[in-house]
Amino acid sequence: MTTPVLFDVQGPRARARARVGTAIGAVLVLAVIGFVLLRLGGNGQLEPERWAILFDPASGVPQALGRALLRTLQVAVVAMVFATLLGLLLAVGRLSDHRWIRVPVSTVIEFFRAIPLLVVIFALYFVLPKYGVRLSTFTALTGGLVLYNMAVLAEIFRAGILSIDKGQREAGFGLGLRKSQVMTLILLPQATRRMLPVLVAQLVVLLKDTSLGFIISYLELLRQARGLVEFFNFQFGDRYSFQLYAAAGLIYILINVVLSMVARYTERRTNRAGRKAVTAAPADQMGAGAGAP
Amino acid sequence: MQFLIDNFDLFWDAFLTTLSLSLLACLVALVLGTILAAMRVSPIPPLRGLATFYVETFRNTPLTVVFFFMIFGLPQIDFVIDFFPGAVLSVGLYTAAFVCEALRSGINSVSPGQAEAARALGLTFGQSLSQVVLPQAFRTVVPPLGNVLIAMVKNTSIAAGFSVSELSSLLPRLVNASAGDLTAILIGVVVGYMLITLPSALAVHRIERRVAILR
Repeated sequence: MTTPVLFDVQGPRARARARVGTAIGAVLVLAVIGFVLLRLGGNGQLEPERWAILFDPASGVPQALGRALLRTLQVAVVAMVFATLLGLLLAVGRLSDHRWIRVPVSTVIEFFRAIPLLVVIFALYFVLPKYGVRLSTFTALTGGLVLYNMAVLAEIFRAGILSIDKGQREAGFGLGLRKSQVMTLILLPQATRRMLPVLVAQLVVLLKDTSLGFIISYLELLRQARGLVEFFNFQFGDRYSFQLYAAAGLIYILINVVLSMVARYTERRTNRAGRKAVTAAPADQMGAGAGAP
Repeated sequence: MQFLIDNFDLFWDAFLTTLSLSLLACLVALVLGTILAAMRVSPIPPLRGLATFYVETFRNTPLTVVFFFMIFGLPQIDFVIDFFPGAVLSVGLYTAAFVCEALRSGINSVSPGQAEAARALGLTFGQSLSQVVLPQAFRTVVPPLGNVLIAMVKNTSIAAGFSVSELSSLLPRLVNASAGDLTAILIGVVVGYMLITLPSALAVHRIERRVAILR
């Protein structure tokens, strides 16, 4: 996939124009950065001493952020495992020959794909207690992520299974394998390989969405930062707020960048081996309820 | 059900907030996304770099974190932004990155001959992009663009965590006020979202059929 070239090789005048444009652009970008730094500096936010708190074990901040990161990853990992397993089950269910399995499974999938993830989490956290089921913030957040992502993953798995050449399936039946054997021995192994990039991309989305825990006060990174800010405000006033927020946000961005790189790596590997990645699946990476209803 | 009817005003207000939030953010995302896509294919390398940086950053940032910086970070450089405009900007800026990617894949799918023909006619970069390539690109990306925008509508729910009284925020707000009918509220909220997403999906489908280019 190469971008069509929309411009000719530039002559001296065009190059000069581009240079001028570049210079003006650079000045503008630098001006914005400078302005932000100036404002921050003016408010005293750049004092090294204020940032030191992030790395000073005596303040308890690195430990707290570390624990928060751990809690974020805990939710992500548990949700990833359950969402993948349930998604696989749902995908197989949706491909079932029996109407009485196919129809309810399809309904479940479409339902959870159609409503915002946050609403699912709210439903678990606020509505279930009215029926006597009280969930912790951890369970509500993980449960919401599982319910939502299993539906999305089910569609990814389904697209993967459907993309396998139908001769494979027929050959399996021709050898006298059962339906379950054809699925587990022939279709799924090949499908898994093909949809791996999309699968990893969706798991990155899941990790991004753990930040929704902030809204129901699960102590993940953002909520932890907010908690620390409130704690420090009590002692020092608004002194360390910006630094703590920036740290929490940057940790989030960093782990996502790393995972995205892993995703791109698996995609390259899958492509290099001459297999085609599944592209039909809903592979957008928007998070928090991506994919059309 | 009675509860829904009694509190119809509340739901209507929340629904309108979600709708206006979605429409405004959609506008921001489409305009900025188009500019970013144009930057990513432009002849000036720094512009390409800048747009790539923007897209990669926003794609790897959870929307909650974008909201967080918008509401709690901006005041640190003396910009205080109200909750609703903050939400519009957060969702819009975030979605713009995805709109840009969708559009860029559309630009890539326009056959190279079109761009070559445009250049052979002596059109400048701006002309060939706006007159030849983008119109065709827009028509091929209707389905993915539609997906992005529908996902965006669902993403507006995050504004509930930042003091915007839109649909999802009804749940935590009414949880104590009404001992009874939380399930009814939940159904109301879900129906509210579907009132926006289902017609949008239908519209996307219609537009897709009308403008699709057969190649």
